Order: sequence, then structure tokens, then C-alpha cells
Amino acid sequence: MSLATRVQPVRLQIEDVHISFGSTKVLQGINLDIEPGEFFAFLGPSGSGKSTLLRAIAGFGPRPQGRILIDSEDIVSLSPWKREVGMVFQNYALWPHLTVQKNVAFGLEERKVAKAEISTRVEEALGMVGLADLADRHPSQLSGGQQQRVALARTIVIRPRLLLLDEPLSNLDANLRVQMRTDILKLQRKLGLTTIFVTHDQEEANTISDRMAVLDKGIIQQIGTPMELYDYPVNRFVAHFLGTTNMIEGDVVSVDGAAVLQTQGGLKLPLDIAAEARHGAIVFRPQSVHVNPTMEHNSNLKLDGTVQSLEFLGSTVRYGVKVGEITVLAEEDHQRGKPIYKERERVQLVIPQQQVLFVTE
Amino acid sequence: MLRFRTSYLVASFLAFFLLIFLVVPVGKVIYVAFQDSSTGALTLVNFVDFFKTSLFRESFFNSLYVAGMSVLIASLIALPLAYFTTRFNFGGSILIQTLGIIPLIMPPFVGAVAMQLFFGSNGSINLLLDQWFGINIPFMKGLNGVILVESIHYFPFILINLSAALNNIDRSMEEAAQNLGSSGLRLFRRIVFPLAMPGYLAGAALVFLKAFDDLGTPLLLNVNNMLAPQAYLRISSIGISDPMGYVISVILVVFSLFALWVSMLASRGKDYSGGGKGVSGLLKRDMRGWQKVGAYCLIIFLLLLVLSPHISLVLLSFGTIWSYSVLPDAFTMAHYVEVFGTTRKYITNTLLYAGLAASFDVVFSVAVAYVVLRTKVIGRQWLDYIATGALAIPGVVLGIGYLRTFNDFNVPIIDKPLASWWVIIVVALAIRRLPYALRACTAALHQVSVSLEEAAENLGAGKTATVRKIVVPLMAGGIVAGFVTSFATAAVELSATLMLVTAESDAPLAYGIYVFMQSAAGRGPGAALGLIAVVVVAFGSYLAHHFIDRNKRMQATLTG
Repeated sequence: MSLATRVQPVRLQIEDVHISFGSTKVLQGINLDIEPGEFFAFLGPSGSGKSTLLRAIAGFGPRPQGRILIDSEDIVSLSPWKREVGMVFQNYALWPHLTVQKNVAFGLEERKVAKAEISTRVEEALGMVGLADLADRHPSQLSGGQQQRVALARTIVIRPRLLLLDEPLSNLDANLRVQMRTDILKLQRKLGLTTIFVTHDQEEANTISDRMAVLDKGIIQQIGTPMELYDYPVNRFVAHFLGTTNMIEGDVVSVDGAAVLQTQGGLKLPLDIAAEARHGAIVFRPQSVHVNPTMEHNSNLKLDGTVQSLEFLGSTVRYGVKVGEITVLAEEDHQRGKPIYKERERVQLVIPQQQVLFVTE
Repeated sequence: MLRFRTSYLVASFLAFFLLIFLVVPVGKVIYVAFQDSSTGALTLVNFVDFFKTSLFRESFFNSLYVAGMSVLIASLIALPLAYFTTRFNFGGSILIQTLGIIPLIMPPFVGAVAMQLFFGSNGSINLLLDQWFGINIPFMKGLNGVILVESIHYFPFILINLSAALNNIDRSMEEAAQNLGSSGLRLFRRIVFPLAMPGYLAGAALVFLKAFDDLGTPLLLNVNNMLAPQAYLRISSIGISDPMGYVISVILVVFSLFALWVSMLASRGKDYSGGGKGVSGLLKRDMRGWQKVGAYCLIIFLLLLVLSPHISLVLLSFGTIWSYSVLPDAFTMAHYVEVFGTTRKYITNTLLYAGLAASFDVVFSVAVAYVVLRTKVIGRQWLDYIATGALAIPGVVLGIGYLRTFNDFNVPIIDKPLASWWVIIVVALAIRRLPYALRACTAALHQVSVSLEEAAENLGAGKTATVRKIVVPLMAGGIVAGFVTSFATAAVELSATLMLVTAESDAPLAYGIYVFMQSAAGRGPGAALGLIAVVVVAFGSYLAHHFIDRNKRMQATLTG
């Protein structure tokens, strides 16, 4: 059986998992259902518990409460070496005393695979990551990107049920990161492996994953496709964590029977949403803000302000516009020769109502 | 940076000293080994003679056997201790780490005779074994005794290096192996042990070197058919012109260099530590009840074994008569009274010699460190290499070299050959302990940022003022540590001293212990002297650690 033969992908279910280090609760009530063959990302800041969760799936760290099911088999009580869950470590963890060939062969040797089969499978795995000609090198003779590929080959060669990647790109430089991320995705699609990818970089998670879970303080904040999460964050944390955003806090008051968000400084913003809560924030992305629009927009969220700052970002120009006591960020597409607004210039900002969200958490 | 001329002047002086008192004497020994004693022509005939003589062949293989077996026994003691402390959450860890260092504060020859009273065929242990089980185990018979004493004293080299290596292994190395289906002993054998191998090798090579070169222990145990004793006996009984002593010296140096080379290669070439990323050290486990009991039993047994030279030395020094009995007949202070009364000369000589040698070592080391790290003198690294190379020169060899080189050199005014003047003992001690002081001072200077010097110069301080007011005070901790280490180890140096002492009145402690221990009546006072030496070394080692720690804390606040 060749490596590239698609194995039957597995489903991973995590049910009410709690993990504590001593008295510190690192994960609380994690529930997840990862589809067979899915490329899933755990996204969160450092200390959010994302790596702990990944390590728990591999069987490392304190034993979790709750259940972790691979195709309905609970693996929580299984030793790490019996789980058949392949993990690529953040620092690659290549054994320096073994050659590339020996590193990759290790898992097969542990499984008592016949010698001849080991050498063909190692060759195949190294071929898949494009390192067939470096088999006799030692890890210290490889570049960071090559080490990463060896770690990947070492893991996939055992045909694991799951592939776990712990911040696999964080030690690579920017160009290599983009290349590697494409390669990993291609490989995952080819093998059809259910894969979990841990990262703190939202761009990485966006580009590579089918779905992702955003974690903070040991709790899953939201699960969904990258676009869903970006467009419909359910709370302040997710909105902030996934890209630049405008968030205006205020109290919900009723003016002439219509709901209005009143900021601390007294600014009143119309709320088109039926809000139950008494306090909350409206959220919209900077690129949804039109500065001095020439077209008429059918929106009642119009703000007058003064340009306070501008940053040139290449494809866009980002203005900081002072409206009352708050600063609204607005991004305009940039084209050669397009006029820019200057500091202290008065502008009108229009935000289409369908681009605005109201969050209470 | 020192001015060009000054730095070359200082470097030349340092090089000159090393040349005269290290390179030339050792070179002389090697040269004589290859010289026909009658014609003076270069020849291999001495080596042929050496291997034609059955006593020398036997000595050669005995030395190899003793060194190899010492490594083996030392490994058997060190491996479990290192494994328990690094693998388990274990209350005894600190006990092991501390007590494991204790053997190093006593040179093996000091405890050798006392060990015989403890483990010898009529010693305490065998008397008990005979009483209980009717058996007698030849722990101390012939080469066994040397092996036991050497391995008990030098196993800490393996323990320290191996523990450090195990603690440096990145946690993910082990996890990756588990992730790929490996566990238990198999994982240990395939991943953990190979990764710790460089540390183990570095330690094992040092044990080999120490056991191979040691002169005092076999002499005191009356085992003469080994290389170092043969070299000593040839020179001291047949005379300085007998070529065999030189041939043996060359063999000793070659093996020492080889062991040192292995040790350096192992510890430098393959640094398997994780490079600062991730968590270091093995996955720690809690021990189950019976495992804990077993571990404690094993460790207490090993620690008793390790402390047996000290225990027996204490018994011997306070005992009246200790012969054919488990414990001495009665206890007395008489030996200490005797030692402080009649042989005070040994103690004062030791303080003088070791003090002078250590002072010289730190001054010399600071200069070498400064030249190597802060100047651009061509070939400056060689000062470091040569001074460190003294580690590979056994005391016997240096002693023979001095005798041969400086016998014809009359010191003016006192009109006496330099080789028989007490100052040569100080020089030998200084050269032998130079590597220790040099390591301490180099490490200290490494931690002093160049910018601190530049700041002083920027504010108008000259070169000398900068070194005196900034560099040396900042290195103080390292300098003191270097001084104390050199002092403590010089105080118990025997092999070179044995070759160079010509008058009893010039002899230091180690020599006194050696002389006393050779007669049955002298064992008590000898042990008392030995214990005094141990106290001096222990106190010195404590001070050295204290100053190293203090220096580290000071540097931490500076950079932190």
C-alpha cells in the first residue's frame, strides 16, 4: 500500500475536556467535532491553551477530564505511543544523533515493519516532502525548512490516524512560511489526513484551514470557517483577534422608539439591530468605512470627523478619523495618483448598515 | 584594547614562562625517550626494550585494565544516580547531587590505606562477611584495590557530566519518540542514552585519565606493577638517566592526551541541547511506593560505598589500634596532637606552597584571559591551549621533566640546583593547577562586557586604570574561585611533589601523608593529616562555589 493511497480519514470528537496544571485551569469545557479529512486550525494568543489541547490529543501533558474520541474510540487513557496520532513538534524535535533516513525510519522500526518495506516507505515519504537526496545527512546539516520537511516525513510515514502540527511555521522566515504552508496543504489533501494545525497567526489559519476554533483563556470562543469568523465574530475577542477592527462601546438607549448606542462621550449611533442587552459594542472593519463617498449610500450610520493620522500600507491607506471622543479607522483602496486626505481635514464617514455587527460579549 | 607593544610584551612573557616550565621539560622527557642513552642518537630502541620486558608489558596492561575497569565501576555507580535524579520527582535528588561531589574533595591516595582497613581481606567488611556468611571477597587484592579506590573517587566526573547532559535534552526529543510508538527502556536505549552519550563520554574519559595517571594510590596500596609507579620507581631507584622512566612518561602522556581529546570532542563537537527553545530535561515521573523504597535502598547503599573512604579515614585518625577488628579498639586524639606537635612543618609548607602557586595561577590566568579575549596578538589562542594542555601532563611526567631539565641549572646565591630547591615544587604545583584557574578567569572575563571597559575609556581612564579599576573588580568572583580551586587541589597534589621533594623539611602535606601511611605505626597520624587536608579542600571548594555564585548574581543584576 502506497503512502499516497488515501486511508479512510477519521473523525475526532472532543467532549467536555478540562485540563488543569495544579490549580491553574488551562482548558475548560472544550467541545469540538472535527470532520474526517478536515484541515482544522486552533488559533489563539500564547497562553490560550491551544497547544495544551493539541498535546492532550497526542497524549502529552496532564491527563484531561472528559473524552477524546477518534472514530468513537475514547483515547484518553491510551499511552502516547499507542495512539497512532502523528505530531510535528514546534522545534521539529529531530534526533541529532540519527541521520534523516534513520529519523524517518524510527517509527516504522518501532512497529517492527520489515526492513525492505521500511526503506521503500522512508524513500517514498522523503520523496513526498522533496528531500529524497538528503537521506544520509544529519539534522544539523539541514536548513530550518528542510528540518521541517523531515519532521513532516517522519510523522506521515507511519500513516497516523491524525496529523497534529504544533506551530509548524513559526521558526521559518516569511517567504519560506508561505511556501511551506502551501506544501503542507497539498500534502494533507493528497493523503486525506484529518489534520489539526496550531497557530497564533490568523493569516496562517485563514489561508490553510477548512475550519478553525479560536481559543482564549482556555475556552473556545468560536468555531467556523475563516470567513465566517472574520465576518461574524461573536464577541469582542474574536473580532479583535481576527484582523483590524473598529469597536465602539456604548449603552443601548431608546430614542424616538428606535434603538441607539450611546457612547460615554455622548455620541449617539443608530442601531439597526434589535438589541436586547443594555450594553454592547458595534463592530465594523476599516475597509467597510467609506470616506466622503461620492455615491449615495443607503445608510443611517454617518459620522463627521477630522483626519488625525494616516498610514500608507501599500494597497490601502488607513486613516484614523477622530469622531467625538473616539477614533474610527477607515481604509481606502490606494491607486497611483489617487488623492489622499490630509491631517486635520474634515471628512464624512459612511458605514453601510449590513457591514455592522453588534456584540455584547 | 591594550596598546600593541604592551600586549605583545605581556604575551611574550606568558609564552616564555609556559615554554620554560611546561613545554621544554615535557619536550625533554619525550626527546630522551627517543634517544639512545649511550650515543645520544634518535632511536626507537627504548620502546622496543620496554615492550620486550615482561614487567613493563604487564604494567602497561595493568594500567589499561585498571583505568578501563575504573570507568566501568564508576559508570555502574553514576548511571543509576544520574537516572534517578533526572527521571523522577525524587526527594533524594539534592542529597545525591551534593553527596555525589564529596569524593572529589579527597584525593584517592589519602583514603587508600584507610580503605584497606575497611575492605581489605582482614578489614571490617570481610570480617563481618566471614562472621555472617563465611566468605571473603578480595575487594582490595592487588589491582582490585586500585580499581575500587579510583572508581569511588572519580565517579562524580561521570555523574556530573551525565546529569548535565540528561538535563539538557529537549523534552520534545522524548515526546517525538513516544509519538512515533516508542516507550520505556527501548526509548531510553534508542533516544535518551545516545543523546546523553557525549556527556557520559566526557566524564568517562576523565575517569580513565585520572585512574591511568594516578601514582599515589597504587604506591600506597603496594601495587607497583603499573605504569606510573614503575616510572617513579625507575627514576628514584635506578636514576635520572634510565630511559625506561621516560618511555613510560611518553606512554602516559599519549594516553592522557587521547583521553582528554575524547572528552573535549564529546563535550564540544556534539552539543545536543535544544538551543534554548522548549523545555529541557526528561519527562519526570512520580515513583510508586515500592519503587521509592527500592530507589532509596540503592542510593543509600551507593552513598555509603562512596563515603567509605571518608568514614574509614575518620575512624583511622581517631582510632588507637585497628587491626583484625571491625572497628578500632579505642578512640584517641593522640594522632592529632602528634600531627600538630611534631609535623607542623608539613602543614605550614603546604599553606605556603599552595598559596604561592594559586596566587601565581590567578595572576597568570588573568593575564592569559585578557590577552586571549581582549587583544589581537597573533597566536594568542596558543597560550590558552598550552596552559590547558597541562591537564594532560601527569604529575610524574612533569616531575621527571623538571628533574632532567633543571638539575644542571644552579640557582645563583643559594648555589643549589633548581631541581632540588623548594621553589620548583611551587612551580610544579602552579603549572599543574593552572588549567583550573585559567578556566575560572576566562569564564569571568567572558561575562564582563567590552562596553563596560569602553565606557571607562570614554570617560578618560587609561588602559592600566581600566584593567585595575573595572576589569579586575568585575572578575573578582572568578579570580577568587580560581584561586581557591587551585589552592585546594594543589594542597593535596602528590605525584609531582613525590618526584621533587629532596628534603623532608621542604615536604608538604601530601608527601607527609604518603610517608606516614607507609608504616603501620604512622597510619593514625597519616589519617589525621589526611583529614586535615580534606577539611582544607572541602572548605576551599565551598568558598569557590560561594564566590562563583556571588559573581553570577552580580552579573545577573548587571545584565538583568
